[in-house]
Amino acid sequence: MLRLACPYCGVRDQPEFRFGGQSHITRPDFEVSDAVWADYLFVRDNLKGMLYERWLHEYGCGRWFNVARDTATHEVRAVYRMGEAKPMFHHEQASSCQQTAKVGAP
Amino acid sequence: MQRYSLLNLARNALRGNKDWRAAWRTPTPKRGYDVIVIGGGGHGLATAYYLAREHGIRNVAVLEKGWIGGGNSGRNTQVCRSNYFYPASAAFYEHSLKLYEGLSRELNFNIMLSQRGVLSLAHSEHELEINRRWANATLMSGVDSEILSAADIKKLVPRINLESRYPVLGGFIQRRGGIARHDAVVWGYARAASALGVDIIQNCEVTGFQASAGRVRGVETSLGAITADRVVMSVAGHSSVLAQRAGLRLPITTMALQAMVTEPIKPALDSILVSGAIHAYVSQSDRGEIVIGGAADAYNSYAQRGGLPVLQGTIAAVLELFPSFSRLRLMRHWAGMVDITPDTTPIMGLTPLEGLYINCGWGTGGFKAIPGGGHSMADTIANNRPHPLIERFGLNRFENGALIDEGAAAGVAH
Repeated sequence: MLRLACPYCGVRDQPEFRFGGQSHITRPDFEVSDAVWADYLFVRDNLKGMLYERWLHEYGCGRWFNVARDTATHEVRAVYRMGEAKPMFHHEQASSCQQTAKVGAP
Repeated sequence: MQRYSLLNLARNALRGNKDWRAAWRTPTPKRGYDVIVIGGGGHGLATAYYLAREHGIRNVAVLEKGWIGGGNSGRNTQVCRSNYFYPASAAFYEHSLKLYEGLSRELNFNIMLSQRGVLSLAHSEHELEINRRWANATLMSGVDSEILSAADIKKLVPRINLESRYPVLGGFIQRRGGIARHDAVVWGYARAASALGVDIIQNCEVTGFQASAGRVRGVETSLGAITADRVVMSVAGHSSVLAQRAGLRLPITTMALQAMVTEPIKPALDSILVSGAIHAYVSQSDRGEIVIGGAADAYNSYAQRGGLPVLQGTIAAVLELFPSFSRLRLMRHWAGMVDITPDTTPIMGLTPLEGLYINCGWGTGGFKAIPGGGHSMADTIANNRPHPLIERFGLNRFENGALIDEGAAAGVAH
């Protein structure tokens, strides 16, 4: 079972939380191609390794926050509030940053 | 291929069973093939088999990073059915179920298909209505379906507790649905494909792709480079990881799906029971184990293990339906990595890289689709265009918006 440290309430068990998918996604302009729009709507980072993701403390304070978690080991590397910049880790793949940039590009 | 028959069984028994040969060859990989299939699960092996059998393409390699059937093909809960809501899905899964019905004979391998009926439960008036609509949609697609009252269900499943926390008000059944031995399906396809000349290479991980001028030329593997003008990926939960090596991003989320079996008992449960509302399904295997599964752990994971909350919820739901099962001990519990798409419909067909084909996105229900998936992918690869049954399942549906949202019809909500 995952145990997450809500930035507002502290460490709680997983059943209190709801997963909200990848974080830091920016909606592109409306004028973009169907391919870019489909990418924004449906395509998410799904790699084996670090994932920046959103969680909701549903049965707690009811607030959203970000988690940096390893999808292979479930190790939580960082917890940070919505709006904060994502923390970078030395081994992180450059490609993941490029992909995030591509999603937001017009 | 050494045929399996009563005569052969008796002959070998008299000789002390010393003359049985390995069911498939263990070749060293050649430098190149006409087609490379990545992934030695059910879908990959079936694709290779039908390429050789239906299309005469026998210079084929199946590359498996572990051992064949060691991934989701050996971890699923063996359910076969075709009662999907949308016509495009029903047509495809019905094709697959029909292939299953003739598969033991075709492969000369007993896959132990047991069509004992897949029964979906309704726990509220609203769900009853939705079930009726679903059952009728299924009938319109030419797939057998029958609406049942609570009394009908009690007759079929005497041990069920209709007055559970979420009472059982009715349901519907596909009587042709059932279970098959999942290992046998994998072994049967491997043996038959190998006999037709397909090379099955285990412990061979694909680490990259060779491409030039916009088309695939081969793959890099842990055993060296292997060339092929046509390559198909059928690697389920690891599809995003592999696709990234070919420069593709997929609309897939990989999650853990748990399942478990109890100690074996005498026959106690005939039908396969599915409940979307309480997120559980349960059946009894031919070995006597009660097989239990539930919803996926709802967050990205490649850990091949699940979390306790989903496990507890699933067990609690099953024990409400079958209080007598509370005395059984769990014998094994495991998880597989499932590749879930936004509309819970698979992704099959061509990719932007010419010569590279994809078969993934089966989510929590790929086992039932093994024969149909392999059959239609082989046709797609041989003719370089989507087989008519999978035209709607292409990657392009996310751009043109023609999604097939089977989430509501998939039995257990994802």
